[in-house]
Amino acid sequence: MEKAVPAPDRIETAAPRAPRVLTIDDIEALALGAWILGTGGGGDPYHKLLNMRELYRKGHTVTLIDPHSLADDAQVAVLSNMGAPLVGQERLADPEFAVKPVRTMERYLGRRFDAVMSLEIGGGNGVHPLMVAALTGYPVVDADTMGRAYPEAQMTSVAVAGLQCFPFTLADIRDNEVIIPRAESWKWMERISRKACTEVGSVAATCKAPRTGREVKDHGILHTTTKAIDLGRAVFDARARHADPVQAILDACAGRLLFTGKVVDVERRATEGFLRGRAEIDGVDGDAGQRFTVHFQNEFSVGYLDGVPVVMTPDLICVVDSVSGDGIGTDVIRYGQRVSVLALPGPEVFMSEKGLEAVGPRAFGFDLDFRSVFAETVSGETAP
Amino acid sequence: MKRIGIDVGGTNTDAVLVDGNAVMGAVKTATTDDVTGGVRTALRDLAVQVGDAIAGTVAVMIGTTHFINAVVQRRSLNRAAALRICLPACASLPPMVDWPRDLAGLVDGGSYMVEGGHEYDGRPLMPLDERAVAEAGRRMRADGVRSAAVTSVFSPLTSAFEDRAAEILLSEHPELRVTCSSTLGRIGLLERENVTILNAALQDLAEETVRAFETAITESGIAAPLFITQNDGTVVSAAIARERPVYGFASGPTNSMRGAAFLSGIDDAMVLDVGGTTSDIGCLRAGFPREANNVVQVGGVRTLFRMPDVLSIGIGGGTVVAEAPLSIGPLSVGYRLTRDALVFGGDTLTLTDVAVAAGISDIGDRARVASLSPELIRAVMATVHRRLSETVDRMKTDAAAVPLLAVGGGAMLAPDRMDGISEVIRVEHFAVANAVGAATAQVSGEVDHVFRDMDRDTLLQTAEQMARERALAAGADPATLKVVDMEDLPLAYLPGNAVRARVRVVGDIAAR
Repeated sequence: MEKAVPAPDRIETAAPRAPRVLTIDDIEALALGAWILGTGGGGDPYHKLLNMRELYRKGHTVTLIDPHSLADDAQVAVLSNMGAPLVGQERLADPEFAVKPVRTMERYLGRRFDAVMSLEIGGGNGVHPLMVAALTGYPVVDADTMGRAYPEAQMTSVAVAGLQCFPFTLADIRDNEVIIPRAESWKWMERISRKACTEVGSVAATCKAPRTGREVKDHGILHTTTKAIDLGRAVFDARARHADPVQAILDACAGRLLFTGKVVDVERRATEGFLRGRAEIDGVDGDAGQRFTVHFQNEFSVGYLDGVPVVMTPDLICVVDSVSGDGIGTDVIRYGQRVSVLALPGPEVFMSEKGLEAVGPRAFGFDLDFRSVFAETVSGETAP
Repeated sequence: MKRIGIDVGGTNTDAVLVDGNAVMGAVKTATTDDVTGGVRTALRDLAVQVGDAIAGTVAVMIGTTHFINAVVQRRSLNRAAALRICLPACASLPPMVDWPRDLAGLVDGGSYMVEGGHEYDGRPLMPLDERAVAEAGRRMRADGVRSAAVTSVFSPLTSAFEDRAAEILLSEHPELRVTCSSTLGRIGLLERENVTILNAALQDLAEETVRAFETAITESGIAAPLFITQNDGTVVSAAIARERPVYGFASGPTNSMRGAAFLSGIDDAMVLDVGGTTSDIGCLRAGFPREANNVVQVGGVRTLFRMPDVLSIGIGGGTVVAEAPLSIGPLSVGYRLTRDALVFGGDTLTLTDVAVAAGISDIGDRARVASLSPELIRAVMATVHRRLSETVDRMKTDAAAVPLLAVGGGAMLAPDRMDGISEVIRVEHFAVANAVGAATAQVSGEVDHVFRDMDRDTLLQTAEQMARERALAAGADPATLKVVDMEDLPLAYLPGNAVRARVRVVGDIAAR
């Protein structure tokens, strides 16, 4: 039975926050925070951060606006870089190409956008719209549609809400552009666009189905850009104080530490434009003698402690460097790394029946009933 | 089987003669500006010490920190041009975009980006723009740049464009020395390019240094081939080392830890190497250094090197001690220790002087430190012990107590007891652990090849066989060969089930 999709944080009683021009320090913090929220996917934001440093050096700036300040009929471009993170390590992000699908969409729609926003705050895509904003002058909306990173198009708050999935544009570094004017469903949109993306080298700049200001306010995941900036600042601050950056993440996001250990094995395979596999982690200190297994499809999806599933999407599963608190991607996690596995609360929209259908464990091929790490605390059961 | 191991450090040049599992002789001399002099002196002293035993030496294995120090200290670097084969991709982040300004200023011999590169599945991104490559070669020649770094998108999958570009550059500029990124690194364009440019910028120094080593060995009348130690505890021939100096960047800590394992017979331990200027703390696992977690920066440049995880603090035998108020380091008298330290007739109070006064070291003239107050000596040693213990603890990942191997010329500064350490072990010759590590380094054979129409088992066996043959050709003892790295990547776009396999085999150097 379908439940109504809850729409938390929608009451527009408070006045919208004033627009603010981001400093390069804000963007440094955003890159760090986004990488942690990327739950292993979305790609390391480093190259996009480098691009932002170059753009700021040349005098460009980016303005962040509160979603509540959007007019209901405002037109917002939802942007992402699509593809396999591994490819992004060789084909470096380029702001000029990130703008291309936005212009293609504007020509197709016959109107200009009023603002841009992230498809996903997690990983490089948390910074991606800023490159477009810096070059076009459009403001960036403080929101996204995942609150993290996910591998597929139907795994968003706007898809769960049943909003229209088209039109869609994609651009390649060569003179190739693709417009998908219509698709039967978000899953069809995912399949068709994924084929196009794979064909041009498993990396492409995209502009997803545009959203109205009303849609963003009702169904976006709000204030996630600020959340990522604040998270990054907390980690920077902890490092500067020689405090524990892992604890800083837990404090900033009300998260829970699940496991601390050393990576002893990684199995990885690239299939259909995704990076799938698992990492095995042997416990140290209090977790010594135990084994944690974390599976991934671009992002970390399910974690097992000694063979028992203890954490699963849509809870955020973050694997971070135990010393620095830096995020570790599924494309670079490797033998010998000392890591901490954390769970952070996922966006509420994904806890609904429709949400779980889109991003619950079964959406990633695990025949498990979703149990939130955080729900268990509420019901008084023992935490994993 | 006899091997000579030499460690050419910033301060000292140490040499040892190792026969099987025994250290037959060990000497320590000062490093000289011309490198040759120090190595020659070390070899002469060693010959005097061991006498006829030096005859029958099968290999001279040298480890040096020269190359990494050149980058860190911004000296002896030549200009290098960077050619990146990538357009229309990657244009917004040109070569050296994330380098420290001072280093880029020294090295930058012009950047060129041309059309080409490959996709993740091996298809060309764009055809190689050969005319643009030729034009770049002509400009490098006109600019008087004699070294170039060539990096192409996805070249670890296929080096075809880099190889072709190198050919074109050489036809335009025959004096050019070309480093191709596919010979140095893996996936990760910016980091692989960084390493390639560093390698290109070290060509003059590498030529000079390797020639100096060869001259010293020849002049010493030793008729054994020269090998240079690498980051991973293996050695390569002098000819290869000259082309790829970056592969020796981390050989210092690797040799010191491998030498400590060899001398103590302990394969799992913490290693504390107290030198003249710093103390380096690392961790031995199964006889090899534990590798660092993160992207490794060298002189502020991001690289993809797998390097030993080492933490350094400014405590060494040459560390300067100030009284009232008491402060220890980070300044060090370095190689001037035997001139500036009190016990050697100088007027600078160093940790070596304090160690002599404390009775834990017996070098120089003890009478010259007799006036140091017992309170000062106690306070200094307590501070040194506390700092070393804290740093060891930071590097420790096991809850259980493990042994600590104290090595290096300043090993006497290590405390006898530390929290979380089962025992502090000092063994004979620990002062020259680096040179021992060099003498006991292994050789490797690597294959990186595209195989077609084979099942996975067959192709991996074939690749392993090729790697074994290469290791044998490099001088390995067949009985000691073992596979240390094996990976295969299916290349979906090519006909006939093409698979790219990479296998690496290592073994001890065979007696000849």
